[in-house]
Amino acid sequence: MSNALLSPDHPATGSLRSGAGLPADDAAPAVLTVENIHKRFAALEVLRGISLTARTGDVIAVLGSSGSGKSTFLRCLNFLETPSAGRIWVHGEEVRTRRDRAGALRPADSRQLTRLRARVGMVFQQFNLWPHMSVLDNLIEAPRRVRGLPKRECVEKAEALLEKVGLAERRDYYPAHLSGGQQQRAAIARTLAMDPEVILFDEPTSALDPELVGEVLGVIGALAEEGRTMLIVTHEIGFARDVSTRALFLDEGRVEEDGPPDILFTNPDSDRLRRFLARHLH
Amino acid sequence: MPDLHGFEDELLLGLWMTVRLALTALAIGLVLGLAGAAAMASSIAPARWIATAYTTIIRGIPELLVVLLIYFGASTVLMAVARPFGHTGYLELSPFIAGSLALGLTFGGYAAEVFRGAFQSVSPGQREAAQALGMGPVDIFFRIVLPQAWRLALPGLGNLFLVLMKDTALVSVIGLEEVMRKAQFAVGATKEPFTFYLAAAVIYLGLTVISMGILAVLERRANRGLPGMRVT
Repeated sequence: MSNALLSPDHPATGSLRSGAGLPADDAAPAVLTVENIHKRFAALEVLRGISLTARTGDVIAVLGSSGSGKSTFLRCLNFLETPSAGRIWVHGEEVRTRRDRAGALRPADSRQLTRLRARVGMVFQQFNLWPHMSVLDNLIEAPRRVRGLPKRECVEKAEALLEKVGLAERRDYYPAHLSGGQQQRAAIARTLAMDPEVILFDEPTSALDPELVGEVLGVIGALAEEGRTMLIVTHEIGFARDVSTRALFLDEGRVEEDGPPDILFTNPDSDRLRRFLARHLH
Repeated sequence: MPDLHGFEDELLLGLWMTVRLALTALAIGLVLGLAGAAAMASSIAPARWIATAYTTIIRGIPELLVVLLIYFGASTVLMAVARPFGHTGYLELSPFIAGSLALGLTFGGYAAEVFRGAFQSVSPGQREAAQALGMGPVDIFFRIVLPQAWRLALPGLGNLFLVLMKDTALVSVIGLEEVMRKAQFAVGATKEPFTFYLAAAVIYLGLTVISMGILAVLERRANRGLPGMRVT
């Protein structure tokens, strides 16, 4: 049944501007597909039906005021939050779910979920590096434990990644001895060490001092240029406009606007987005 | 150096017994403490009740009574179980096993609370980062959560161990020949209570000082990478 979703006319690929302005590589393979995601915390409905298909090479900026549900949306994609309803496919494989006795959605197959999570990277606002391990050990932990790769191979790869994010000489430092910007770059390298097919960035620069934001955005921008598939929740509007191939504007748990960034940011349809941009671009 | 009237060897044997007893009780207590903390955090209500009852009972009864209850209680239970099989003689746990169990139960009851607080203090983001990388629950527990909880728990556990070490003296009441018991023998034979009780005190103090040294090393190891520690 998951194959049906990959057909071009599936509702998940539709959007307010579908056909109007999506990039021409619409036929690139779908890496991540979500359909009608809902999330409710007690009486509060945070997500009210979000659908999206991320295709290879898409860099999707997810914008919205605080409380619009954008972080929750991102966390639902790899089931760090379990959606209340909806379906998610990773490269065409649907995450299996079931309903528990109270009627709440639960992952049905924890092994499958673990396997699929390994293909979806995530970068957190608070970095979440493991403080009891050196930077290098942070990078090789998952490839060794999850993929079972030999240590030598993991270390070589980790060193190459640290070089790439400009932390080669910090490999033996512990996270607490790095600046916030360095920690976030190390966290990005840790995610890359698993060769994820799509990377989710959850406000990657929001916890940083302003003068450290640039170095992290630089690394993310370089990844975008490599053609990596990414979803980026951010408040950095200028950055989002520069690197994204597509932008979503969430408002009150729904997709209020969805389209190419040059159109979305210069000529927004909705008043809400216009007001949001006015607040964030000055 | 006061004259120990040739009881040096006996006291050394007692010291060896005290060390074995303390370490065995520590092992039992750490397992019980971890299990208790896991049960308290469990979503299964009966597990939480059992853990709460356990820590409440252990913390509410003097250690001396725990030792006596385990020793004589176990013997009652053993004989009741053995009778249907035609065994009518007297049965008992060895004082060493009974003492290890009693001190281990006591340590575990307090350690469960220490572990519980430590696990709660590990930020959820630590676990989430591992989940997002596809790590399984066993790896997440042993590689990510436990090492961080361990370093938070270590000072509290160290304190409990120092208490445990001194509580080993209580096991002398059920006849285990550890330092205290050996000292009492020597007092009986020589009629020099002050000399031998002082010798026992010096032994316990020495054990405590050595334990504190080991704990300091463990804490330094566990705290590698914390802010303020030297980069190694």
